[in-house]
Amino acid sequence: MSLRTFLPAVLVALVAVLPMMAPTTQVLLTLALAKGLPVLGVIVLLHAGQVSFGHALFFGVSAYAAAFLARVYGGGELISMVAVGVLAAVAVGLVVGIFVVRYRHIFFGMLNLAFSMIFFSVLEKFYYLTGGSDGLPVPRPTVAGFDMERAGFETVLFYLTLALCLVAAWATHRFLCSPIGNMMRTIKTNELRLEYLGVSARGVLLVGYLISAVLCGIGGALMAVAQGVVTPEYVWWVRSGEFVFIAILGGSGSVSGAFVGALIYEAVRTYASAFANDIWKMVLGVVLLGVILYAPAGVAGLYAQVMDRCRTRPANKTVDEDQ
Amino acid sequence: MTGRVLMEAKGVDIRFGGVVAAHEINIQIHEGHNLAIIGPNGAGKTTFLNICTGYLKPHSGQIFFDGADVTKLQPRHLVRKGVARAFQIPQLFTEHTVLENLLIAAAAQSRRWAPFVPMQRIPERDMMVELLGMVKCSHIADRPVSELPEGQRKLIDIAIALALKPKLLFMDEPTSGVASSEKFEVLDIIANALTEAKVTAVFVEHDIGIVERFADEVAVWNRGEVTFHGTPGDILSHPDVIRDVIGEEV
Ligand SMILES: Nc1ncnc2c1ncn2[C@@H]1O[C@H](COP(=O)(O)OP(=O)(O)OP(=O)(O)O)[C@@H](O)[C@H]1O
Ligand SMILES: [Mg+2]
Repeated sequence: MSLRTFLPAVLVALVAVLPMMAPTTQVLLTLALAKGLPVLGVIVLLHAGQVSFGHALFFGVSAYAAAFLARVYGGGELISMVAVGVLAAVAVGLVVGIFVVRYRHIFFGMLNLAFSMIFFSVLEKFYYLTGGSDGLPVPRPTVAGFDMERAGFETVLFYLTLALCLVAAWATHRFLCSPIGNMMRTIKTNELRLEYLGVSARGVLLVGYLISAVLCGIGGALMAVAQGVVTPEYVWWVRSGEFVFIAILGGSGSVSGAFVGALIYEAVRTYASAFANDIWKMVLGVVLLGVILYAPAGVAGLYAQVMDRCRTRPANKTVDEDQ
Repeated sequence: MTGRVLMEAKGVDIRFGGVVAAHEINIQIHEGHNLAIIGPNGAGKTTFLNICTGYLKPHSGQIFFDGADVTKLQPRHLVRKGVARAFQIPQLFTEHTVLENLLIAAAAQSRRWAPFVPMQRIPERDMMVELLGMVKCSHIADRPVSELPEGQRKLIDIAIALALKPKLLFMDEPTSGVASSEKFEVLDIIANALTEAKVTAVFVEHDIGIVERFADEVAVWNRGEVTFHGTPGDILSHPDVIRDVIGEEV
């Protein structure tokens, strides 16, 4: 194992064992990881050069779908809640996607925002269905048919979330390296040439869009279950902005950036707010400023840079010694 | 002229505001006959390529390919039918390497989406490595295309078009940006690759020496019209052509 992959492996192991040593971190980590998934979805589209300011839509659609399922069946099953949430996110992603992939840049970003705001008002207005701004409770679901105690359930949910994040990160990484993933990335650099290869740029972007909807869907359903309640705040535009914020903080160049960013973000938010109420916003603002100015590739990009330097430095040294 | 008609323009017109960029263009492109298009700047040569490849829609007239009316098709549909294009300004994927540019083209050509297979491992890779060898670019396979000089970028742009295994290839000034001492060498490379792949080429060219050497037919464009069309021997010695086009080039 190279040094480059060693540290991330240690980080994953650390996240996996941290709740055993410090049980209070378990819920926090679950929420951070669940938030990392939609961030990964945003990163997929950033590879196509497009920023969505409305991806909380799919996060929220999935969360509400899971909540509805639980309500209809008088308590749900974890696996089917996540599955139904993802399906709902994909269905909405297809409808919205077919429309928004015709647009680029600011129009793409704002149209996504518009769709998320429409859903937000639907959630607020149809309160007899959606619970309005109070939202819907999400009772603790069974896990593969087993009714679990709260502590046990939270542990299961944490490891399920961790596992889903690892699978999602791996699959997304493979997608971005694949032929169609590379085609999607050319939408950022030369869409005209892509069309002149006989490929529909819109079609390729739609595939990326659906993948991002799936990622948001997994995260949304997990978040709903972890928090035990869904509210319109899930689709509020600030939430969408937060995903973009975390993507830039963590680094949009690689899939790890989503989770590194989400962990840092949640940690700062939780521990800085312990000191003073609103100070975390200031801290994060300053951190983001620093990232944009000095590490535009984000924390993950910074790590890759340091690794590159570590690899080239010994080589330079031997050259010096030879002289 | 012999040979099957591959593409045909019938009465094609297009205007941009007051500029007539194509007027009553009637021309046939024959299989196996490389056609050179010459003419002064702004004559409508690139516009003709844009119309033939589906990028622009003529205001009137039709384009036929392999006997079928393709006037309303988009570039990607025409590419699927076997019409490829290289550009006056190279159109490359600037965040990818030379080989990756070709791999994307090869994957597109064989409709290999393979969402979870690394692109570097697609079976078409060997063919693309070979194609890079054919255009004498093996040594730059792993260089980012954004670092290359203009001449090499043009070659890669053409190689991308060749990776699509077209029947008909449009090239817009393939040797512009190439140092004049290397022009013949570069076009030799391209011509060999074209012959090997049995591709019919239509190329816009300002260098009359290149036209004489590589074209089977020449068409002269002027103010959106085809003023002459014939063999290089007849056309390039025609006094009007010498006065209007060649004189200007020298
Ligand atoms: N999309 C467009 N919109 C407006 N005018 C255009 C457009 N494309 C071409 N033109 C005009 O049409 C005329 C023909 O342009 P075109 O690019 O086809 O010339 P060309 O023969 O390729 O010239 P060059 O040798 O300089 O490449 C020019 O006057 C140009 O300004
Ligand atoms: Mg031109």
